[in-house]
Amino acid sequence: MRYSALKILREGLTGNKGWKPVWREPDPKPEYDIVIIGGGGHGLATAYYLAREFGMRNIAVLEKGWIGSGNIGRNTTIIRSNYMLPGNEPFYEMSLKLWEGLEQDFNYNAMVSQRSILNLFHSDAQRDAFVRRANAMFLAGADAELATTEQLRAELPFLDYENARFPIKGGLFQRRGGTVRHDAVAWGYARGADERGVDIIQNCEVTGFDIENGKCRGVQTSRGAIRARKVAVCVAGSSGRVMAQAGMRLPIESHVLQAFVTEGLKPVLPGVITFGAGHFYVSQSDKGGLVFGGDIDGYNSYAQRGNLPVVEDVAEGGMAIMPMIGRARLLRSWGGIMDMSMDGSPFIDKTDIDGLYFNGGWCYGGFKATPASGLCYAHLLAKDTPHPVATQMRLDRFKRGNLIDEKGQGNQPNLH
Amino acid sequence: MIINHPLLGPRDAAEFVYLGDASLIERPDWQASDAAEAFHEYGYLRDNPAGKHAELWYHEQGDRSWLVVTRDTTTHEITSVEMARDVARAKGRSK
Repeated sequence: MRYSALKILREGLTGNKGWKPVWREPDPKPEYDIVIIGGGGHGLATAYYLAREFGMRNIAVLEKGWIGSGNIGRNTTIIRSNYMLPGNEPFYEMSLKLWEGLEQDFNYNAMVSQRSILNLFHSDAQRDAFVRRANAMFLAGADAELATTEQLRAELPFLDYENARFPIKGGLFQRRGGTVRHDAVAWGYARGADERGVDIIQNCEVTGFDIENGKCRGVQTSRGAIRARKVAVCVAGSSGRVMAQAGMRLPIESHVLQAFVTEGLKPVLPGVITFGAGHFYVSQSDKGGLVFGGDIDGYNSYAQRGNLPVVEDVAEGGMAIMPMIGRARLLRSWGGIMDMSMDGSPFIDKTDIDGLYFNGGWCYGGFKATPASGLCYAHLLAKDTPHPVATQMRLDRFKRGNLIDEKGQGNQPNLH
Repeated sequence: MIINHPLLGPRDAAEFVYLGDASLIERPDWQASDAAEAFHEYGYLRDNPAGKHAELWYHEQGDRSWLVVTRDTTTHEITSVEMARDVARAKGRSK
């Protein structure tokens, strides 16, 4: 499928009847080299990089519903690499570099928009912490820029700088951060993988693993048994449910995170803005709606919908930094299920079961990680060694005491 | 969500703090020979079921009691609420 202005014009004049699906709908073959469970952003990216970087073709992506129906379609579309710890920051910086070249790479318009991300700070201590973070970002080759209130006032006059409880003392910019058209990421990777021979099999739910003598030899699905040399689980949000079928307990709890969109407004927000004293992050979509979110609800949930106290809390966070949004009407809200890990950081690792691999635990930061997660998981699957930027994202790190705890909260998943 | 507190009656869940799986009541024996392994599992691994889940809630904005709430994680429906103290005693604990 090729897209052009001429094609859009012609289709528009002829009732849009000429558009064709951009990936096949194959039936599952009895056996594959690699079966990836989960046709979300990370699973499709893994298939794409396995085919493109490592020349593997005999791959299936199994998806319970339709591709992109999970968290790649339910996030707030933010990309950034403003992390601090050595186990995380090089990984997320690689991800941001991959975002920068993604559209040329898979020849699909994902609307990658580097409109900047700003983390506000509200105290001297928080400024010190952000300066430290900025230096950690420089060490990994990322960009960071500390802004004074004077600079911010010129650039973002609508913020509540004199808030009595949390006055704004400045902010940390990452100008290369921004937003992406999230669904297009799934579609672009799916098309790229399909073009290279990957079978994307939708409406195919995995119902069990075929594990013999400690080795995983395939999966049982709603469309029959499929044998595989390697099985790659990539189902963040449902990791607990899927891995229980392999008899594994994980250092993960599933939690619900809500997100919100207002009615369309004229352009008001130049980039992504986050509140440093509460938990609130907001950007403006290209259609004009303010897209925002805050804390997770805080209790185990697989329900894809949250409760009202968090709606109130998020709205209060928004009003605290930009009172101008108080008149905007909320158009819709939704919930997504997060793999909240015990230290707030993800896993890309082999399991104790030979031939069974695991990718998950992305907390509420999985979207920005999509390209790097796919590339690192593909590296692990193809070479059986972790990618150099993902060496610490191991399942046994708690046993060894090597946590990647960005926030220093300990093993309390609902605080990360 | 409304949690039907055994002593105080129906209370808004926003008054409570959530801790997690009710199995956290059963702290392993620190002197056992497999204590390191047992504490790794206790501290870091979770069943994380989709369905009925017994979990600990703390009534911070109320009487400061710990409750064991059985709730369905796919619907948020609460089917039973007990005092954590009673649950622990039923398992043979002194308090």
